[in-house]
Amino acid sequence: MNRFQEPESTGTTPLPGGRGLHRFLLFLSLATLVLIVAGALVTSNDAGLSVPDWPTSFGSFRMPPMVGGVFYEHGHRMIAASVGLLTVVLTLWILWKERRTWMRRLGVVALLAVIVQGVFGGITVRFFLPPPVSTLHACLAQLFFALVVSLAVFTSPGWMQARARFEEPEGFSLRTLCLGTVSLMLMQLFLGAAFRHHWFNLIPHMVGAALVSVMAGWLIITVLHRYGEERFLTRPAWAAAVLLVAQLVLGPSAYFLLSASAAAPQPTEPMVEVTVAHVAVGALTLAAVLVLTLRVLRITSPHRRSVNAPRWAQSM
Amino acid sequence: MTKMKIASFLTIAALILAMSVSGCSKKSEPTEQPSAASQQAPTAIDQSTVGAIAGKISYTGEKPKPKVIHMDTEPACGAANSGPVYTQDLEVNSNNTLKDVFVWVSDGLGNSTFAVPTTPAQLDQRGCTYHPHVLGVMAGQQLQILNSDNTTHNIHPMPTANPEWNTSMPPKASPLDKKFNRPETMIPVKCNVHPWMKAYVGVVKSPYFSVTGDDGSFEIKGLPPGEYTISAWQEKLGTQTMKVTVGAKETKTADFSFKGE
Repeated sequence: MNRFQEPESTGTTPLPGGRGLHRFLLFLSLATLVLIVAGALVTSNDAGLSVPDWPTSFGSFRMPPMVGGVFYEHGHRMIAASVGLLTVVLTLWILWKERRTWMRRLGVVALLAVIVQGVFGGITVRFFLPPPVSTLHACLAQLFFALVVSLAVFTSPGWMQARARFEEPEGFSLRTLCLGTVSLMLMQLFLGAAFRHHWFNLIPHMVGAALVSVMAGWLIITVLHRYGEERFLTRPAWAAAVLLVAQLVLGPSAYFLLSASAAAPQPTEPMVEVTVAHVAVGALTLAAVLVLTLRVLRITSPHRRSVNAPRWAQSM
Repeated sequence: MTKMKIASFLTIAALILAMSVSGCSKKSEPTEQPSAASQQAPTAIDQSTVGAIAGKISYTGEKPKPKVIHMDTEPACGAANSGPVYTQDLEVNSNNTLKDVFVWVSDGLGNSTFAVPTTPAQLDQRGCTYHPHVLGVMAGQQLQILNSDNTTHNIHPMPTANPEWNTSMPPKASPLDKKFNRPETMIPVKCNVHPWMKAYVGVVKSPYFSVTGDDGSFEIKGLPPGEYTISAWQEKLGTQTMKVTVGAKETKTADFSFKGE
């Protein structure tokens, strides 16, 4: 059984920036998810080049008629601009209120990521959707979402609360399993995006799906088995389980509908809905496993003789 | 402090990158340089000996049911059409022949060069479909693109041998003049605003090409005597080829038959 360590102190460390920063980050997480859905709608509706110029739309910054593919492409740009502005506010807020150096760094990374993401979006339009750039654009969107969710976790009352730490048992390390699962999910995200943007074929993504399912399933079962009484961990574990099952249904459905839609004169509604849902649920699954991973790292400590976990993870 | 400076530097660098991308020239902006072949004087042809190839493109198999295009996302497209609009990717005529098959002399012309027509070919965006659906042009020939619709289209050819471009055309815009300088069959053209809009352009080095119409027939005139390879391309059924020898003043028949999927 796990060795139990008393918390170094009791009570809750005051939240930097109060609850406002945490709530703002939850809102930004939601806005980023909406942005990912908007981006997925652009791809599924094949509307990526309906506005041929960037950063202007049809040579102007005014609102164009929102019809056909323009509705999706320009709508995506508007939501992206809003998320960009919210990220500027976030970075300034973090730099103003946060005292944790690594949090301040992550705030700057978020701002850089949103700028680079905008540039990738521009390149995709101006260079006619080159598959590697479109794939990177899709991946960075999810990485940005993961970063904002992580920041929301780091500013949450649950994270700041002093907690007992559980020393991991000898041998198999849950912390390493968590980090391995997140890494594999990021790889799977890349393979899915590369398939969606006509860079890779489907087989690597299918192999990735099988590996992620096994790893994530193993992680969830281990967490529920070892820490079944610890709601701090079981809640994200159950969320990840539900999302993983949904994703396993959505993935094959998306593929079959995509194949059926190829013969249709235009993207079919069921194909658009299911492929977009597959992208959105993929982002949420990654977020759930990431929250679980961060919380596992927060309340567990490596076995004293364990060298599995990286040093930075041991200090969390 | 140093780390903050690095972060500031990276932010500025990213902004500069963004500005340079928005200002830099596009990778595939069409070059207006004509190909070497089209710059040379046309090869002399003895008009008293020229022959022709004529034929029909027949279709065997079950007639495909036309698919209705749903234009509800764009009110102007719906208003431009009095009834339902169907896909044009496999149109079987009443006499079991195929419409919109591009037929051209794909081999046998050697290094001959030909005068490029001074009259532009036309591609119209009307009723939120392309007219014609399949079009042939000579390399270097002007292609005039029209927008007769009361809505914005973007016209986006996706060639592999020629530069790619993507231009928006507002309602009733002035005609857009473009050209493809390298032979390429076939170049898909699409409108990303209206994803059902598709057309194909065959760019060839000679004037010896034809597109079948409502009777599925074609005729390629003015061919010097010789042995040629004729190709016939259909959007869904692919390409077929045939060897044809044309004698002086002779009209040879070259019938193709495509089998349904």
